Amino acid sequence: MADLATSATGFAGTVSRAVTPEQREARVAWLLAAPALLLVLVFIILPVIAVIGLGFTDFELGYADFRFVGLENYAELLGDRTFQRSLWNTAVYAGIVTPVSIFMALGLAMLIEAEGIGRSFFRTAYFLPVASLLVAMATVWQYLFHPTIGPINAMLATFGVPGPNWLGASSTVLYSLSIIGVWQSVGFNLVLFLAGLTAISRELYAAAEVDGAKSAWDRFRLVTWPMLGPTTLFVTTISIINAVKVFETVKTLTEGGPNKASEVLLFTIYQEGFVYLRVGYASAMTVVFLAILVVLMFLQYRVQDRQVHYS
Amino acid sequence: MTSLSLTPGRLIRLSILGFGALVFLAPYIFMVSTAGKAQSDIFTSSLSLVPQQWFYVQNFAKALSRVSMGTLLMNGVIVCALILVIQVVIAIPCAYAMAKLKFRAARAMMVLVMLGLLVPIHATALPLYVAFDRVGALNSYVALVAPFTISVFGIFLFLQFFRAMPDDLIHAARLDGMSEPGIIARVIVPNAWPAITAFSIFSVVAHWNDLYWPLIVVANQAYATPPLGLLYFRAAEAGDDYGALMAATLIITFPLVAAFLFAQKRFVEGITMTGLKG
Repeated sequence: MADLATSATGFAGTVSRAVTPEQREARVAWLLAAPALLLVLVFIILPVIAVIGLGFTDFELGYADFRFVGLENYAELLGDRTFQRSLWNTAVYAGIVTPVSIFMALGLAMLIEAEGIGRSFFRTAYFLPVASLLVAMATVWQYLFHPTIGPINAMLATFGVPGPNWLGASSTVLYSLSIIGVWQSVGFNLVLFLAGLTAISRELYAAAEVDGAKSAWDRFRLVTWPMLGPTTLFVTTISIINAVKVFETVKTLTEGGPNKASEVLLFTIYQEGFVYLRVGYASAMTVVFLAILVVLMFLQYRVQDRQVHYS
Repeated sequence: MTSLSLTPGRLIRLSILGFGALVFLAPYIFMVSTAGKAQSDIFTSSLSLVPQQWFYVQNFAKALSRVSMGTLLMNGVIVCALILVIQVVIAIPCAYAMAKLKFRAARAMMVLVMLGLLVPIHATALPLYVAFDRVGALNSYVALVAPFTISVFGIFLFLQFFRAMPDDLIHAARLDGMSEPGIIARVIVPNAWPAITAFSIFSVVAHWNDLYWPLIVVANQAYATPPLGLLYFRAAEAGDDYGALMAATLIITFPLVAAFLFAQKRFVEGITMTGLKG
């Protein structure tokens, strides 16, 4: 910081007569942004270019030689049943976790905001999973979900309901992972919504009431929802990205099983690239993964552009 | 809102919040309870929360003997601290320039940040792994920290926060003859603690939790971070010894939970502070 300070002022001092204040400001801005830009280049842009390039090769770790194979990797992906299974599972997981965690968080945030007592307790309780080591808590969930000794099935049994083999059956494993995913992400969204709600001026609600917004639903529709627009956009974006990136729970609890029923995108890429060391093929998968994120983000903006109101 | 009379609506609200909180806290309750149960106890009475025989000492001893918990936690602290400090020092000047200074590239950089938000470590891991492998930097703190020194999420967060700061504050500092870096250090940062605190929590939580990258670049216990260490422990601990597993889980979850409960006050202050945000 100190280096930057002296260089910026020193530089500006010598040429201050020749350049306009606008140019000087632009120059300082460049200097301030330079370290970040450099790191973005080294750790984001170049690796992304490299991964796209590697996707056209048959590069394998441990082998010095590799050749360009064109679209061969992508052709192989089209017929790869594991990869297709993994795409579908990721979509189902994200399709459950994203909306549930967003609306649950919004609902809870509004309840907490409206409630006089216990605010900080509730906030802490719901945020705690976010601050907990997911691999560790996944282990706890594995115990909770245990088909014979797990508390969840023991509880169901007291009501006479036969509990499923949560993480052990291919028909339920994805839903069980989704439950953990929701549990883990609600608190994060909740805190962001709470911050958004606190920022809404009380006067807006008063004004809406004067204008005839009598019911709670009207106040929500006319004030809360529009004013939360930027927060919701942010929360939605982050939630989808996080759901598509599910890995920890799968790696810890199921390793993609049983019968590939919980094979998700990142787990498949991890297996292919870092276990089987087929870097070229895994790079092609990564490109698909990135393309999905880009498309999602694009759709996101198209859909929400109209309803976001910047105050 | 502040009246303490229990209207039906309020009763419903409190029961929903209370029930939800109970569900969200249930895993912790069972973790603490199971960490103190003997194997036989776990198999016979999974719904009773109080252990029949207190097995805490045995379970914790087992957990501590299998994996070096101290090393794991230390590695976690070192890696998270390095990442956080570098991220903040890099992101704040950049976000300030984008939010408050006029330069042509600001728009293009905004696009870069939005695109950068889309590129997680999982997308860059393959080439970065190959590169770290080539320079022989695997199994080191450098490998664990370097890819995360830049946080576009941090830039994004600070950018939003800085934009809401009044320009007058900065103009006044400029009239006082402060340089732009001086403004960052003495005007922006002191006013940005809520954002910095919030970002710190998100960053530490993310990297304390991250399994993917450490799993890839670290192959021995000396540099293992807590999640990786727990995987080693699970691998070493065959079968359903949930007592020892929960004890290990408890040890490894505790530091961050404790840190969060401690920082919670400042965190809440940060987001509820209306001063400069409105």
